[in-house]
Amino acid sequence: MKGRIHSIETLGTVDGPGLRYIIFTQGCLLRCQFCHNPDTWKMTGGKEMTVAELVQDIKEYLPFFEASNGGVTVSGGEPLIQAEFILELFTELKKLGVHTCIDSSGGCFSRSPRFMDTLDKLMEVTDLILFDLKQIDPDKHKELTGVSNEHILDMARYLDEKNVPIWVRHVLVPGGSDDDQLLQRLSDFIATLSNVERIDVLPYHKLGVYKWENLGLDYPLAGVEPPSEERVKNAEAILNRKKVIALT
Amino acid sequence: MKVAEEVTKNDPWNGFREGNWQSEIDVRDFILKNFSLYEGNEEFLAGPTEATTELWKQVMELTKEERERGGVYDLDTKIVSTIISHDAGYLDKEKEKVVGVQTDVPFKRSLQPFGGIRMAAVSAESYGYKLDEEVEKIFTEYRKTHNQGVFDAYTPEIRAARRAGVVTGLPDAYGRGRIIGDYRRVALYGVDKLIEAKQADLALIGGNGVMSDDVIRDREEHSEQIRALQELKQLGEIYGFDISKPASNAQEAFQWLYLGYLAAIKEQNGAAMSLGRVSTFLDVYIERDLQNGVLTEEEAQELVDHFVMKLRLVKFARTPEYNELFSGDPTWVTESLAGIAEDGRPLVTKNSYRFLHTLDNLGPAPEPNLTVLWSEKLPDNYKKYCAAMSIKTSSIQYENDDLMRPHYGDDYGIACCVSAMRIGKQMQFFGARVNLAKALLYAINGGVDEKSKAQVAPNYAPITSEYLDYDEVMKKYDTMLDWLAGVYVNTLNIIHYMHDKYSYERIEMALHDREVLRTMACGIAGLSVVADSLSAIKHAKVRTIRDENGLAVDYEIEGDYPKYGNNDDQVDQIAANLVKSFMNKIKQHKTYRNSMHTQSILTITSNVVYGKKTGNTPDGRKAGEPFAPGANPLHGRDTNGSLASLSSVAKMPYDYSLDGISNTFSIVPKALGKDLDTQKANLAAMLDGYAKKKGHHLNVNVFDRETLLDAMEHPEQYPQLTIRVSGYAVNFIKLTREQQIDVINRTFHESL
Repeated sequence: MKGRIHSIETLGTVDGPGLRYIIFTQGCLLRCQFCHNPDTWKMTGGKEMTVAELVQDIKEYLPFFEASNGGVTVSGGEPLIQAEFILELFTELKKLGVHTCIDSSGGCFSRSPRFMDTLDKLMEVTDLILFDLKQIDPDKHKELTGVSNEHILDMARYLDEKNVPIWVRHVLVPGGSDDDQLLQRLSDFIATLSNVERIDVLPYHKLGVYKWENLGLDYPLAGVEPPSEERVKNAEAILNRKKVIALT
Repeated sequence: MKVAEEVTKNDPWNGFREGNWQSEIDVRDFILKNFSLYEGNEEFLAGPTEATTELWKQVMELTKEERERGGVYDLDTKIVSTIISHDAGYLDKEKEKVVGVQTDVPFKRSLQPFGGIRMAAVSAESYGYKLDEEVEKIFTEYRKTHNQGVFDAYTPEIRAARRAGVVTGLPDAYGRGRIIGDYRRVALYGVDKLIEAKQADLALIGGNGVMSDDVIRDREEHSEQIRALQELKQLGEIYGFDISKPASNAQEAFQWLYLGYLAAIKEQNGAAMSLGRVSTFLDVYIERDLQNGVLTEEEAQELVDHFVMKLRLVKFARTPEYNELFSGDPTWVTESLAGIAEDGRPLVTKNSYRFLHTLDNLGPAPEPNLTVLWSEKLPDNYKKYCAAMSIKTSSIQYENDDLMRPHYGDDYGIACCVSAMRIGKQMQFFGARVNLAKALLYAINGGVDEKSKAQVAPNYAPITSEYLDYDEVMKKYDTMLDWLAGVYVNTLNIIHYMHDKYSYERIEMALHDREVLRTMACGIAGLSVVADSLSAIKHAKVRTIRDENGLAVDYEIEGDYPKYGNNDDQVDQIAANLVKSFMNKIKQHKTYRNSMHTQSILTITSNVVYGKKTGNTPDGRKAGEPFAPGANPLHGRDTNGSLASLSSVAKMPYDYSLDGISNTFSIVPKALGKDLDTQKANLAAMLDGYAKKKGHHLNVNVFDRETLLDAMEHPEQYPQLTIRVSGYAVNFIKLTREQQIDVINRTFHESL
């Protein structure tokens, strides 16, 4: 089976534990204003690679995984658009004892039997999900990403039911996702989940802006600066329930 | 004097565990019987004493003044440097726990004309000094030098190859270096015992009555060694020490050992004057004193700090050509730390920490060239500490002990950058390197140099087709490399014959066994350029662009091709095969003193000069652009991330490159992880993984590009900014601007 791969980074250190082989898949349904990989949006393009090709290459890095308790992370784009491909890939990787992780926004989640059938199987060979919760308010979510968030929150609940460990990731965009009230509501939602191992706040950065320019796209967050360290700490405190904001 | 001090004064070996080391010169046995493994963390370490801080301040001021004076503080133009040529010199006698400088004044560079009088004169002139006329006359009219000897014997073919830069960087105009005296012997045995042993050796040489030239040379060399040892004792006296007897405490052990090393650098301006593997040895003395209650941890660290400070003061007068090749005033005072004993115990002691801790107490510095002999089996705490110090200072290089131990045992040291040798039992004939990229152009152009248009190599039939055919190129390249290997080994034979004759390293060799294994350490430059060129010819289409005489002077690539550094066997195996094939070619030629053939993939900073001397290459590299250093992929061509890049280099076969395979790796801190703990763990894991994959050497730099750019503009604010380049570390602000730019242009692994 072939997957559409945007690129590969052999030294990932921020997308899951240890040293990680990161596969960036091609294609995403979301159009996040802060996206630093807009070149992965298109459903076409990328390089078609077989599971066998990838496994062959990944094998080269087993000593690094072993030394660091690392493994493979599939990121994107939205990996779950190619859930069947990842299922086959992870099934092979599990035979090698490799730690597997998916970095997903849940954007293509649906309870359709066909998708669920694949996802159920995929979760059996997935050790960890890095799960993006970008915004708790559906309207604001739509504004920020182009789509609403009901199905994304539903996927969080699904992962909880399945008892799949997740690391929640929240990109902190000034004006887009750093409102205290909304952070508190997000925190309250996260608190209803029992599978959360870790919550990371990722400060918005501008390192991907040049890619928008290369693609001839208007950058919607032009003029928005990265959040201050104080705002990052604030968000971390709220999401990790070290600070409570009274809801009005 | 405390009782314990008195006991060891009268009985210097008191308290040490017995062994063969007492009846024979056997430092390794002494270490293995007596060292104390330390598996704890760095919390025991002590900060600098007041004396240390003041002395270092003085050194930094002298350094500033040296920079202001154009790179040389002072230079001796009259006194030819020998072991006992100068009076004692001090920074501040009252404060220094370890004493001795190369001349009578710190920072004053010595005059060493035995390598070549012209070189000595040129280096003096380049800094605005004039050599004493009498000295110049003596070494011109009466005393021949190494350099003159070499040029007397060079053939026209060798001269042409040298001029064109296809055989390059040769130690024919500077000291060959890369010989490590076993300086520990001075401390453990005292000089008298060493003289006694050498006299016994001398008596055995030529015992069967055939006085061949080998035997004559051996006898003469041993007599020279004995004379040097006698002078070493006198050097001790100049500084007020009786080093005829073994050292009786830690301070004496540091001092005795250092005097042995000082004698070597007073007599030899070698390209690399490496120290060996002294820290765990010296730890035995510190442990004894700590247990006897005559030394505190602060005092122990002070000894290490002062010793290391001396090593940072080592300086030589060198020519502008030399500085262009090996930029930043390097001396390669390489000290090898840690490693694993053959019985499985890690050779990690508290001194393995104290030596790295000098980077905190004195701040980062390129010298001594701190080299950690890495193994998966090193204690976890030590791995993390090394990683932390690398992240903080970028001053450490790592070499794979698991790969070297089977070849060199557990008492080897690194000479220069990557060359392992058994201490006191092995030496090398340093051979610089040949330019494999230029040789490829010669193969295409029938031996005509692409820049000078001179016929340098034999006029084999050139390639005349418009598009390069892989099989044809490989066949012609193979023939050209046969020629190159021959002319190369011949050149080295001449150089080392003459170096032995006119500039013999008598004190360094006096600190060796009688029977020494010699290696002929050849080297190659341009590996990644050739690998990518051949890959382009094989996997894409390469069209030649010719000048009016039909000479191929440029290349046009149609299509894409696999590039070295992305863990792609289609090209990585081309590189690996080239390493094997050239080693096999070298082996076909007889070497001087029947030395063992080896080679390295190492360029130091000379990758810039070699690039400058080489025309356009079929990989798309433009004429004059630098090569990648050592075995590195070419800047920017490794696009799959650092582990892919490391994996490509790790495929280069160490068994065919036993003199070392250098890889320089730069990464921004954030790419190692979010917080320091993660960064430490990830860097240590990377080193473990690289070692498991049989990678040999890794220079680790951790900093942001912006820091370097800022340092270029404001050098005065970065007096101690240290970076690792191929095989050594340099003070960044001492690099030429060209080399600074080269460093900045190299791949920084920074994807997040």
